[in-house]
Amino acid sequence: MLGLNTKDTRLLLLVIALTMLAPFLLNPFPVDSELAQFNAGYPDLMQRFVIFGIFAIGFNILFGLTGYLSFGHAAFLGVGSYAAIWMMKLLTMNVIPAIIMSVIFAGLFSLLVGWISLRRSGIYFSILTLAFAQMSYALAYSVLTPITGGETGLQAKISDPRILDSNAGEFGRANLFGLQMSENVSLQVGGWDFTFNAGYYVAAFMMIISFYIAIRIFRSPFGMMLRAIKSNQQRLNYTGLNSRPYTLAAFVISGMYAGLAGGLMVAMDTQVGPERMFWTASGEVVLMTILGGAGTLIGPVLGAGMIKYMENIVSKINDTILHQWFSFMPDGLEDFVVTVIHPFIGKGWHLTLGIVFMLVVIFLPGGLMEGGERIAKLFKRKKGSGSGGKDPEHHPTPKPHVA
Amino acid sequence: MSKFQLNRRSLIKSGVAVGAGLALPTIFTSSARAYLNEPKGDTVTLGFNVPQSGPYADEGADELRAFELAVEHLNGGGDGGMLNTFSSKVLDGTGILGKKVGFVSGDTQTKSDAARASAKSMIEKDGAIMISGGSSSGVAVAVQALCQEAGIIFMAGLTHANDTTGKDKKANGFRHFFNSYMSGAALAPILAKEYGADRKAYHLTADYNWGYTTEQAVRESTEALGWETVNSVLTPLTQTDFSSYIAPVLNSGADVLVLNHYGGNMVNSLTNAVQFGLRQAEANGKKFEIVVPLYSELMARGAGKNIAGILGSQNWDWKLENELGARYSGTNAFVKSFGEKYGFPPSQAAHTCYVQTMLYADAVTRAKSFDPCAVVEALEGFEFDGMGNGPTLYRADDHQCFKDVVVVRGKENPENEFDLVEIVEVTPVEQVTYAPDHPQFAGGDLGACNSGA
Repeated sequence: MLGLNTKDTRLLLLVIALTMLAPFLLNPFPVDSELAQFNAGYPDLMQRFVIFGIFAIGFNILFGLTGYLSFGHAAFLGVGSYAAIWMMKLLTMNVIPAIIMSVIFAGLFSLLVGWISLRRSGIYFSILTLAFAQMSYALAYSVLTPITGGETGLQAKISDPRILDSNAGEFGRANLFGLQMSENVSLQVGGWDFTFNAGYYVAAFMMIISFYIAIRIFRSPFGMMLRAIKSNQQRLNYTGLNSRPYTLAAFVISGMYAGLAGGLMVAMDTQVGPERMFWTASGEVVLMTILGGAGTLIGPVLGAGMIKYMENIVSKINDTILHQWFSFMPDGLEDFVVTVIHPFIGKGWHLTLGIVFMLVVIFLPGGLMEGGERIAKLFKRKKGSGSGGKDPEHHPTPKPHVA
Repeated sequence: MSKFQLNRRSLIKSGVAVGAGLALPTIFTSSARAYLNEPKGDTVTLGFNVPQSGPYADEGADELRAFELAVEHLNGGGDGGMLNTFSSKVLDGTGILGKKVGFVSGDTQTKSDAARASAKSMIEKDGAIMISGGSSSGVAVAVQALCQEAGIIFMAGLTHANDTTGKDKKANGFRHFFNSYMSGAALAPILAKEYGADRKAYHLTADYNWGYTTEQAVRESTEALGWETVNSVLTPLTQTDFSSYIAPVLNSGADVLVLNHYGGNMVNSLTNAVQFGLRQAEANGKKFEIVVPLYSELMARGAGKNIAGILGSQNWDWKLENELGARYSGTNAFVKSFGEKYGFPPSQAAHTCYVQTMLYADAVTRAKSFDPCAVVEALEGFEFDGMGNGPTLYRADDHQCFKDVVVVRGKENPENEFDLVEIVEVTPVEQVTYAPDHPQFAGGDLGACNSGA
């Protein structure tokens, strides 16, 4: 389907199903139950899942395929965001121009940064991109205050010109031809409350397209060339092939993905601040990719979801909630358990994330995807052993026919 | 070709599918409601969004303590604190409008994006009807805009930049804390009195919005009284060593250094300035002086001995009522219940957050509704007393509180770590009041209140 082989089609369909049913999947607990704390199916977080999913997919095209570790991708996200908010201030609150311009501007900026940074590889490349990102952050924070709004950032305001909107002068909301991004429909079944948010589905649609493009890139000759760069760039250069255009193309593509994510962030929440470009934000996407599995298709999306879940759910558990959970225990024990868990919740979510990250890197070097594969293998092997004596590891695999 | 076969299994399956399809339109509830997050049960949820990590985590922790205390008092626990001194008597310790007050807390990380994400989850997931807190103007402006868009009341915590109730003011947002302009207006006459009217000032300003508005405010107020501004230099927010910025000050012909810095910035720049011997220096035949427009107890603690003798302004101080009498009633009641619960006196950040929560609860009770638009109406132009700042007005034009401003000086010989500043004078509210269209606040528009309906 759509130029994909069966396996990839299945993967794409799985992603489509997951994103479309997310409001159900992320809300497994009834609203009034004590576990409702762990529900993640509210619009803002679901939007973040898919937006950072796009960001990570794009980053993975560069890092996962070429092995170039960029530490400055947040700059492209920020540039995309600023482009989008200016479109909303100047043209219209419709999200289409904002999203298109965010991709274009991020692409142009990544072309500039990539053209300079890709002259070096390895750690020097990382440091160069980091320097560019921090420079962009500092510029946005103070020097370019008239354009970026400085620390307070930019927001859509009543007084904005918005020359394409007929209702300029009123308080506008981000919309898609009139459908407001904040529009919600909720479905109440028993104790459950599922919220379907227009903005989420717009973002999810964009993520599915992004994911599809990423699959095509992974399977294309271009993707093969990028993998060749990762495995041995020097050897590739000695064959007389100039690898720079390929790395630059990968860099710009991933920059455009970051820009798209930035534009979508503005479309969902019409506000931009410079912290979006801070180096920790660049580091976060690296973590997402590694946590999920660099070089795999769906891994970065899982990693993004994992980190955003920690940030938004674990950080909101406080001692009062813990006491509620463990109220069945005797008093002394309850206090003890709460004291033990305390450092890992609330503001300690960084610590929890750090531990998870360390465990993954040590025991699952391939990220969460490797964990999934191991589990899958476990089940397959059990099935295989039932069929009598055939050892799959010691049989020649059937070779495909020459196409 | 598939053959159509009717068996029990497929019949049940299709029956369920059809049934679900028919039922679907009826269980989808539309978003029609009186206003967003209308409290339906017997509790009402407030959202306290404070920095729990990052540079202002100390302030955030103190804010959260104050919020918890406020909730306790609203629900009838403890000794009632300021409820006993508050001029409005509608709150009776049975929650708000008979509903028990619950709260959720979140971490702003002192970043606008994180703060908005946290506030959004409070609104969308926890059903918070009001958001309060914050410890930086960038965050306050970002969350205020979010609340305006969503249709929730925002009661700002510690935010001092003019923009919050100036060019970024919003109908759903309210600020009790004072602002840069008020700092300048309160400090200038006292600076002129203490140091003379013919001083030459040198500004070091943190390179972001709050720094700009504070420098402008202090500059305009002091120049109006005859001071001259020799130079002003912007310093990066991430700077930790200010030696290279301090070195040129002595030779610039200035005799006063104004540090428009906050938090760690201020602690570092002040320490550097003292190390360079500016406190002992003389310039233009006068003793060299240092001024810090916005003071806080936590900063004073960080700067230690270096703070001694340095003038600055505060929104509130826990010693106000003891030293200046019953005009500031409420102060002791609050300090007592806070001290009994936590074992030390509250900071001004804690005070403003506590008061904001009480004011919100009071406004809801007077409006007899949680509807944000009714609350806005109840708060606009509201005059109250007994909250520790003396008679106070919530001005309708920009949702800024107008009250006396405290001018303080670092103590030479502090007795303990909580008693680091002495109150020099309290500038009466008339001197710090400005017109709503003052140039430092121009360019904003409140807009209409939004109830999220």
